Amino acid sequence: MRDVTIVGIGQTEVGEHWERSLRDIAVDAVLAALGDAGLEHADALYVGNMLGGALSGQQHLGALVADYAGLRGIEAATIEAACGSGGAAVRQGYLAVASGLLDSVIVCGVEKMTEETEAETAAALTMAGDAEYETIHGPSFVSLNALLMRRYMYEFGCEREDFAGFAINAHRNAVNNPNAMYRRPITAEIFGRAPMLSDPISLMDSSPNADGAAALVLVATERAHDLGHDPVRIAASAAGSDSVAIHDRRDPLFLAAAHRSAAEAYRQAGVEPKDIDLFELHDAFTILAAMSLEACGFAKKGEGVRLAKDGEIGLDGRIPISTMGGLKARGNPAGATGVYQIVEVVQQLRGQAGKNQLPDCRRGMAQNIGGTGATAITHILEAGS
Amino acid sequence: MRVSAHWRQRQQRLTLTGERCLKCGARVFPPRDVCPHCHEPAYEPFEFGGRGEVYSYSTVYHAPAGYQHNVPYTMALVKLEEGPIVTAQLTDVDADEVRIGMPVEMVTRKLREEGEDGLIIYGYKFRKLLQESA
Repeated sequence: MRDVTIVGIGQTEVGEHWERSLRDIAVDAVLAALGDAGLEHADALYVGNMLGGALSGQQHLGALVADYAGLRGIEAATIEAACGSGGAAVRQGYLAVASGLLDSVIVCGVEKMTEETEAETAAALTMAGDAEYETIHGPSFVSLNALLMRRYMYEFGCEREDFAGFAINAHRNAVNNPNAMYRRPITAEIFGRAPMLSDPISLMDSSPNADGAAALVLVATERAHDLGHDPVRIAASAAGSDSVAIHDRRDPLFLAAAHRSAAEAYRQAGVEPKDIDLFELHDAFTILAAMSLEACGFAKKGEGVRLAKDGEIGLDGRIPISTMGGLKARGNPAGATGVYQIVEVVQQLRGQAGKNQLPDCRRGMAQNIGGTGATAITHILEAGS
Repeated sequence: MRVSAHWRQRQQRLTLTGERCLKCGARVFPPRDVCPHCHEPAYEPFEFGGRGEVYSYSTVYHAPAGYQHNVPYTMALVKLEEGPIVTAQLTDVDADEVRIGMPVEMVTRKLREEGEDGLIIYGYKFRKLLQESA
């Protein structure tokens, strides 16, 4: 196994890119990452994407993006794990370089969610669930998460308002991120009167559908030093899975895949939750932020929601989360999200996070979740010495 | 129009037929041929009684394409008496009447229509347990 380092990052603004297509924004991100790395080429391209087929009528993005980015001929493929596609693609890039089979890999996460109507996009997102035993009964993807949130509130005795802190924190941090979709703060009052999407999940609990692409360049660490960049080392890469359908889980309120992949990541990096300086978690919904904090050892079961109330998740808190806006306010371009998370951790570790820069930031964790928790990919990154 | 896919599911959709594990006796729904508890083969068909209670619920205001005509409707996780949890819609009940723990029973209802010339798909929904049959 070889050590793997991130030497280039690139991202497009997250938002509604009416004038740009799926391939256009992917190419933008790939070229930005290559430019950041000072490279013109790589051995392979892995594209994380969930909805290209359903919403753009376009699959086969590996070869397409490679060609349009001027990389025709290199190994290229798409990696799919629902909203966890980006993180899964990062892990495939990591495996390829760590194994010694490839020396450099570009990982791109891309999603285009504004091509179709809201209802068609909602139907496409339900493909993350179990088609035969969940989706046929008509749940929106939001409502599957709402089933978790309702039960969580019932079992642990909390109210909808208790989750407000997650959304407020995300929006506050997005203000200073030029690539974020919603660069404005919200208040508890705005959270409280937000319209219901699927109760108890309101518009303000929910991350927005968006267009976006982000990319990374991974190389063997021994080669990274030649590039003279601020290298960020991948100290851990781990993935886990769980049943796709919530109803098949032993305990629906425990994110077993998230727990498993985080535990393995801590083991690989030789660290504990207290050693993590920031955590880019999968706050697709406020309930997922609470459950992710519990699964990854930052809170006991049923107490993740308290971290939002007690303000421990802010930039000056015990465990800063969503430091550039998170899925909630940076935006959630499904299959691209996992790569955005890594890009943002790299920004923090390089000291490039602008007004949201954390002091003495040495080690960051990113966790990307697919579906309602069926896939989880956890990476721990460390600043180079 | 996935005719065979919906036909293949008729025993699950219309009679809640799952499986029983011959090794540990667990009742399994949906059927998956491998017991999720002891990982032994589970092939014996088992018809569930159709009664259970609401484990969680949510009323949908923004529906995916194909379900918009039903808005608002209430999704639920229903814990069956025999153990498994199923995802289904609640029917014949006001949304603000629903509570976690509310006893419910399976009924057969239309799940969706696939356009004027398409399939009409029927399957299970759950309603509040009727007193006379309780």
